Formats: sequence, C-alpha cells, structure tokens
Amino acid sequence: MISVQNVTKRYGDTVGVQDVSFEVGEGEILGFLGPNGAGKTTTMRVITGYHPPTSGTVTVAGYDIVTQSHEAKRHLGYLPENPPLYADMTVAEYLHFVAALKEVPRKERRGQIDEIVDMLNLGPVYQRLIRNISKGYRQRVGLAQALVGRPPVLILDEPTVGLDPKQIHEVRQVIKSLGGRHTIILSSHILPEVSMVCQRIAIINKGRIVAVDHPETLSSRLRGNTRVIARIEGDPERVREAMLKIDGVLSVAHHQPETGPDGAARYEIEVEGKKDVRRNLFFAMAAIEAPILELRSVEMSLEDVFLQLTTDEAVEAGDESTAGEEEVVAGA
Amino acid sequence: MRKVGVIYRRELASYFRSPIAYVVIAAFLSLTGYFFSVTLFATRLAEMRFTFANLSTAVLFIAPILTVKALVDERRSGTDELLFTAPLSVPAIVVGKYLAAVTIYGLMLLVTGIFPAVLAQLGDPDFGPVISGYLGLLLLGSALLAAGIFASSLTHDTMVAGMVGFVMMLFLWSFSWLSNALPGRWGEMAARLALLERFEPFLRGVVDTVDILFYLSCVFVFLFLAVRVVDRRRWS
Repeated sequence: MISVQNVTKRYGDTVGVQDVSFEVGEGEILGFLGPNGAGKTTTMRVITGYHPPTSGTVTVAGYDIVTQSHEAKRHLGYLPENPPLYADMTVAEYLHFVAALKEVPRKERRGQIDEIVDMLNLGPVYQRLIRNISKGYRQRVGLAQALVGRPPVLILDEPTVGLDPKQIHEVRQVIKSLGGRHTIILSSHILPEVSMVCQRIAIINKGRIVAVDHPETLSSRLRGNTRVIARIEGDPERVREAMLKIDGVLSVAHHQPETGPDGAARYEIEVEGKKDVRRNLFFAMAAIEAPILELRSVEMSLEDVFLQLTTDEAVEAGDESTAGEEEVVAGA
Repeated sequence: MRKVGVIYRRELASYFRSPIAYVVIAAFLSLTGYFFSVTLFATRLAEMRFTFANLSTAVLFIAPILTVKALVDERRSGTDELLFTAPLSVPAIVVGKYLAAVTIYGLMLLVTGIFPAVLAQLGDPDFGPVISGYLGLLLLGSALLAAGIFASSLTHDTMVAGMVGFVMMLFLWSFSWLSNALPGRWGEMAARLALLERFEPFLRGVVDTVDILFYLSCVFVFLFLAVRVVDRRRWS
C-alpha cells in the first residue's frame, strides 16, 4: 500500500532523511520509532506529499506522490504532529470543510462525520469552537480529520501526544481497530505504545532507518548478554567472589545503597550469551551460606534495543551490538 | 481548481468569524463617509470625483490588512499541512483566498453606493463617471489585494508580511512619481507601470481596455508569484 524507495530529503545543506526505504502492506500497522529529531516527521511529510523528496520515490496505493499527487492524496489521511485546526471554526464546520476538501460526496458527508464523531467521542464538543476545546479534544479532532473520506492509508504523527492516560488508551484502541481496514504508519517515541499497537516497527535514527522488523524479533535478535538480578544476604565481597567463579558470569555489579530492609544487597550479574546461571548461582551461594532472597533474569526490553540502536556509545561499544544491528537490517 | 470554492467559502466565513471584517469595514466607511461629507459641503458639486480620489488612498491602507493573514496564518497554525496533503492544488488555495479578499473589498465598495444615492437626492449627478469610477476602484483594489496575497506568501510573520505588503503597494501606487526623476524612456515606463496613473482616466469617465488589462495582468502576475513562492518552499 505504501512504498518508500531510497528517499532522501535535504533542507538546504542539512539532511533530513537519507536513503530511506521500506514498504507497508495492506492493512498493516507500522510503528515508526526514533528519538526526537531523528527524521520521523520529515519522512511522514514526504510520504504525505507535504514536502516532495529531494530524491527517491514514494507511492501510496499505487500512485506516485509527486507525479500523481492528486490521486495519491485522495487515498491518504494525515495527522501531523500539531493537529491542523482552524481555531475560529466549530468542530462541525471544520469536519465538513475537510470532507469537502477530501471530495466526500455531499450526501455522504453527514453520515460519515457522525460515524467518526461517535467513534472518537467528539459529541460533547461537536458544536463548540475549536479555540475553546481542550488539548485532548483537539488531538482527537485532528485524528477525526484524518479519518474523513475513509482513506485507505493513514499517516499519524505522534497521535497520542498531549492526551491523558485514559484518552491515550482510547485512541490506541481506535487505531488498533482501524488496522486491517486501513494501512497505518504511526510514529511515536513511546515504546510500549508502538509494541502494543503495531505489527512491525521501523527504527529511525539520524535520518536513517536502522532496523525494520516485528517487535518480538527485534528484541530477541538484538539480545546480546542476559542479566540476572539477585538480592542476597551476607558479606558482599565474599558473595561477589563466589559469583565470579561461576561459569558464564562476566561481571557483577553490587549496589550497596540499594540494600533492602531485610539487609540483603542487590546484585546485577551480567551473563555471557544465553547461558542460564541461576542453578549454579544457587549452589554457589549455598556453599558460602549466603541465602538468596530474590532471583530473576532480565530480558533485554524493546526499550534497551531502542537505546542500543539509537545511542552512539552502545553501537560503538562492542562488535557484538554492531553485528546485531546489521543482522536485523539484513533480515528486514 | 474545482476546490477554489471550498477554500473561498471557508476564507470568506473566517473574515466574519473574527472582528477583522467588521472593524475594517467600519473604519473604511467612517473614513470615506467623512471624506464624502466634507467634500460635498465644500464643493457643493454633485460628483464623486474627489471622493473616489480619497477612496483610492484609503484602499492602500485597507488592502494589506485584508490580505496579510491569508497565507501567513496557514503556516502559523500548521493548517498548511492539511491543505498541502489534501487533493488540492496550490493555485486553488491562492485563488480561493484571493477571491475571498476581493469579495470583502467589493462589499465595502457596495456600501459606499450610498454616497451617489445621496447625490441623486440632492442634485443631478452624471452617473457615467460614477460607474467608471467604481470599476476603476474595483480594479485598483484587485491589483493591490493580489500584491498583498503575494506579500503574505513570503513570510510566516504577520507584521513582516503586512509591512512588506504595504511598502510594495505604496511603491506600485506611486511609481509614476519616478517619471519626473528618470530620463526619457525610463520615466515614461515608470509612469505606465503606476497603479494610480491608470486609475485617473476612470475618474474622468474614460474606460480603456488597456487599463483594464493592465490591472488584470497585475493580478495575474502577483497571484502567479504567490503560487510559485508557496510551491518553492515545499520543495526546498
């Protein structure tokens, strides 16, 4: 439904995005993840035809966004980072204006707008001036605007920004329910949001796509070493010594200030590869008579993956993480 | 270009949603009413010539105010992202907004129709120059409003757009003064390019196709430039 091929966008001398390519299949929800300033908004603006690309091509529903822009834009709904609202119009006037812009036949406008207003719970503000409604409602009017005309492709730039937790939940449910019928690209810098709503994730950093994959694969492929967190009673020096003797333990970090009320100290143990050291740890601690009060292994979360991919230090730190990154890109 | 109407209607309504239209129309009418009465008492002539000359100056101040927000506001509020990603061409946006400004201006002129009506009550005015004078004012205003739309496309700052628009219009308006300063052909050219110079014949009741075409080409050139500026910004 959406195909982005080798898109580069320059603003004068600064590069917005560089050689970005990816595809989104029909009915799929793709999450666009990256730190602020990574090029999420630029990419979305290129896809929607707001900024034509410096080089490369974008097709939406089979139409080129530059050469067949009119047809392409007819298939597109876009919620920019700041909802494009006219403060001096009522919600009703605004949505009817958008419907006219989007070439919704006059007879269908009323019914379609009513349906969208119901879905997004905009009823209470329908006749009010946009100037006077809350930020949460504005964001939802922005989303409503993108849905007018029932476009098969939706581009949503940070759709949950500025909403309270309840509204965030509602909007996520709405977006999720739109998947299947609509092809959606959704940008966010909130990881749980993306992993909850999206089937695939593209991570962008410094204008380049660094990974495109399913959320689960993304975290498992990038999982380098495992970590085990333990709270153990006893002399920290002796405990550390015993731990380091266990096969597979790379390092032990001991957090003295985090000693709990039960007098146990907290240890973070980094383990090589995917080895499970918990059994050996139990016997080693039993041998030195240091009781384990808590023991759990920590998987690398999507958050860690994200940080690893988008932080220079992490990428440069070791060959391992760099290799992981290449692997994912190749698999995408 | 089918969407010109959609943009036009929104824009026209937005003039009346804010106090701008009311304030500008009220200011324009009170000023011109004052000019008209004063002239009438002084000359006791049943003609509109002096009033029209005064009106042509008032237009110079009205035009920037009516147009300054046209494209600036879209950029400031981010609504340009809606317009440029909707199935809609840039010329449709520019022309729709321009026509809305011309409509407001036309409404203002329409209300000043009360002046010739008063003259008709008191005396026996020659309606030829009155009609041609209105045509001239409409054309002059249309050209200035197009220049204002162009100024509005240049920047995202309302004050700057207003200032640029006003200065540009003032130059266009007073270009003919150069004809005395510049030698020979250059001076002649300056005189021909002046908006005000072209307006004079209309006051005398002379309607020349060349003058009409001049104003219409001004409109075309400025709207074309505005479209180019808006388009260019999207590509850069």
